[in-house]
Amino acid sequence: MTDETRLRFPLDDLDALRELRVGQKLRLDGHIIGIRDATQIRIFDEGVAPPLDLTGAALIHTAPGVRKLADGRYEKVCIGTTTSTRMDRFTQGLMRDYGVRAIIGKAGLLPDSIPVLREFGGCYLAITGGAAALETTQIEEIEEVHWEDLMPECLWKFRVRDFGPLVVAMDSHGASIYRDVKEEAQARLDRLAADL
Amino acid sequence: MPEPQTDVYAAIEEAAKRIYIGALKTIPPDVTAALERARGRETHPNGQEVLDIILRNIGVAGEHDMLVCQDTGTVVYWLEVGEDCPLNLARVTQAIRTGTERATKEHPLRSNSVHTITRRHTGTNTGLHLPVMHYDFVPGDELKMTIVPKGSGSENQSFMRMFTPAQGVKAVKEFVLQCVVDAGANPCPPTIMGVGLGGTSDLVTSLAKKAIFRPIDVPNPDPVIHELEVELFEAANSLGIGPMGLGGDNTVLAVNIENAHTHITQNPVAVNFQCWAARRMSARMRADGAIDVGF
Repeated sequence: MTDETRLRFPLDDLDALRELRVGQKLRLDGHIIGIRDATQIRIFDEGVAPPLDLTGAALIHTAPGVRKLADGRYEKVCIGTTTSTRMDRFTQGLMRDYGVRAIIGKAGLLPDSIPVLREFGGCYLAITGGAAALETTQIEEIEEVHWEDLMPECLWKFRVRDFGPLVVAMDSHGASIYRDVKEEAQARLDRLAADL
Repeated sequence: MPEPQTDVYAAIEEAAKRIYIGALKTIPPDVTAALERARGRETHPNGQEVLDIILRNIGVAGEHDMLVCQDTGTVVYWLEVGEDCPLNLARVTQAIRTGTERATKEHPLRSNSVHTITRRHTGTNTGLHLPVMHYDFVPGDELKMTIVPKGSGSENQSFMRMFTPAQGVKAVKEFVLQCVVDAGANPCPPTIMGVGLGGTSDLVTSLAKKAIFRPIDVPNPDPVIHELEVELFEAANSLGIGPMGLGGDNTVLAVNIENAHTHITQNPVAVNFQCWAARRMSARMRADGAIDVGF
């Protein structure tokens, strides 16, 4: 954990992630934006622009568990990360139309997103799925919540500190750990199958 | 067990609330031990780091009384009902539903239950046919109810096929291992792989689910089936998918198989993955009316 790169989001320089390579470890500070299936269906299938500026943003695939306070704000109960592959088809729109540059999630994006990351200088950052207790302690505050009617699949603005470690699992140079691991697993199974 | 009093059902409701919240905060000791063994034998740096984070997360949840994972799941119950248990199962089921709703409201817990088409939330983690209830009858006069709040990341990786007898056990093995590859990183490996064999299409899928209720350190009592559990465990872990699909030696923590007899023309198989956060808790209603909570 000594070789971690620190990054602050949102990025000032939209090309800042082009120097990242798969396998690198990151810690994030600043703000990250929570988003999920229903949120992106609203943006892209229903054509409703998000009420937050996503330029240079890091998104995280999440639907948090929260407690609503008397003053209308939300307090965190448990914030963790969901499976990204379900939301793969939104990657291009997020990066092209809204300037998103990083997606934090678990299980990766599909190979379809590899050319999108290459074109826009984006990265997919892997977090350990299920490790939500740890993740919740690294989120300092829920600063904004939009589209509360989609609860818990709202647009969430989180302030984070020392958020991670995250692994660059897909980079803007065409590399994807998920693709490589899966291709290797299939090759091993094909060899194994003869002896089953 | 004495004739049940009205407050027995209130106690079951309370127990249902307690074990739902309890399961979400505490990983069963057999699962934690398996994760520690996995860390000990992991050689891939990505796998080592993921397992370190997983074990640290279990510790943080315990220290701070927090949920291990944000996915409060689909509530699935397996009841072991003593043949001489005098409790009314309809009332037990209602008490479990109310306990689930109270846990959701009073903790509070994220509710996940929506209408399939409108996607409208019930807000209670209950709904039409939810919680999912299974019942087995066992000797004795006790009732044991076990909850698994089933995370969607692993539940979305569910598979079933009807093979033929001529395709044999080889087809079953290939299918199961292909499921491991196809599921990849999605079910939060290292997983418990539940495998159902035999029966009919509906029974085989529920057997796969029953298999993930079984603790990791309990083998199938049939040596023929257990031999298959061991073979598939070793084969699955040789594929290199690793913790969170980032590469490594630990893709499954266990392969648990449950089987049933089947029709002479049939060879059914089903796979149900359970994520590493294999949350599970039980409440046992003893004959003296006391309730023991455990795993």
